[in-house]
Amino acid sequence: MAKEQEFYWRRLHSLLGLIPIGLFLTVHLFINFSATKGAETFNKFSEGMESLPFLGIIEWVVIYIPLLFHAIYGVYIAFTAKPNLNRFGTTRNWFFVLQRFTGIFLVIFIAWHIWQTRLQKTIADATIDYNLMSDVVTSTGMLIFYIVGIIAATFHLSNGLWSFLVSWGITQSPKSQKVVTWITMIIFVLLSVVGVMAILAFRG
Amino acid sequence: MHTNHGRSKTIVVKIKRQDGPDATPRWEEFEVPYRPNMNVISVLMKVRENPVTRDGKKTTPVAWNMNCLEEVCGACSMVINGRPRQSCSALVDQLTQPLSLEPMSTFPIVRDLQVDRSRMFDSLKKVKAWVPIDGSYDLGEGPRLPERKREWAYELSKCMTCGVCLESCPNVNDHSSFMGPAPLSQARLFNTHPTGAMIKDERLNAIMGDGGLANCGNSQNCVQACPKGIPLTTSIASLNRAATVQMFKNFFGSDHMVD
Repeated sequence: MAKEQEFYWRRLHSLLGLIPIGLFLTVHLFINFSATKGAETFNKFSEGMESLPFLGIIEWVVIYIPLLFHAIYGVYIAFTAKPNLNRFGTTRNWFFVLQRFTGIFLVIFIAWHIWQTRLQKTIADATIDYNLMSDVVTSTGMLIFYIVGIIAATFHLSNGLWSFLVSWGITQSPKSQKVVTWITMIIFVLLSVVGVMAILAFRG
Repeated sequence: MHTNHGRSKTIVVKIKRQDGPDATPRWEEFEVPYRPNMNVISVLMKVRENPVTRDGKKTTPVAWNMNCLEEVCGACSMVINGRPRQSCSALVDQLTQPLSLEPMSTFPIVRDLQVDRSRMFDSLKKVKAWVPIDGSYDLGEGPRLPERKREWAYELSKCMTCGVCLESCPNVNDHSSFMGPAPLSQARLFNTHPTGAMIKDERLNAIMGDGGLANCGNSQNCVQACPKGIPLTTSIASLNRAATVQMFKNFFGSDHMVD
């Protein structure tokens, strides 16, 4: 990637993190939350999503292509940083490191998650329903892996929203940046609650 | 602090030494007599008077840069007890001992605590951090700055290119070509100046190029570290907005060049 075009790649990376990936994650977690109302409710939502017209195209345009770009370019960004928490232990420097750390972890987690769910439909002709996830999280290790993955994703999205607002020049003053730090952290907590309650619901 | 019976107070200082740009670094420890109100430079001068390590080994005098001795030139920056700052304004009485001195290794090391900050000056050229007034005819007087704006601009103009913000930035390193916060903030300063603003699109396009604005990862260490209290992160966020507008102008805009 030409270094002269870096500005545009970075802006695209920042935008794609929110739209569509961030939006997709939010919808995904809310749909999963329907599992707290029982297997039938979740299956109904799941079937609804599966019956969307042009599902294949939607999946590629809204999920796979943006996600692949965000992941690959994100790994590059993460590995060009040289963390220095030992010198500066401020909240923002912690979040800087956590954003990169969660990003790397999410590449692994999401790859595994897609393999375990969506790719099983393609390869093994599995049905993506309550039982599929229920089988996955019967193992406590897997449940922990999923909980960590969900929390990493909600943090990465919430803090990414904060960075988006700075990177596009919306929040400029230190005060606005501070207020938005609190707001995005409230979003982080709320989304995490939704996500974790949802995954626990698959334990029955 | 080190006190012994029958002996006066001393200061112990550990210095990261390096004989040349490609030499292997090593640590050396020195002990110098304490005087009240010493700064790190006066400690280094004492070491230079008698370059013998704490265990009695004769060594070469320590090399460092200094100039103004009043924290306005930026030459004497180094990493003191883990934090990048100026050694002239680092007072021994306010530091924990033993003192630890390292060069700002984000920059190429010349020798010992001396570093080469040329990349910062190259960046200032790249972002055209000046007011363009040279021409083939008299341009006359420029517009006046409103007083409140002048006061604000004065804060940004305090930048002494000391390099502390680059040293504290996790995204300025050998894997990245990021120019760092200082030259970015200067681009903002000169884009605010009424005459400087005549080439503001050139500055914005320069910081939208290689090693520019987009490399900022918002760790915000720079604003913590800046000895002059320059609002570097506000400058970067403000430039982010200007670059957003410039990006759309470049693509969708009409044939206006500056505005």
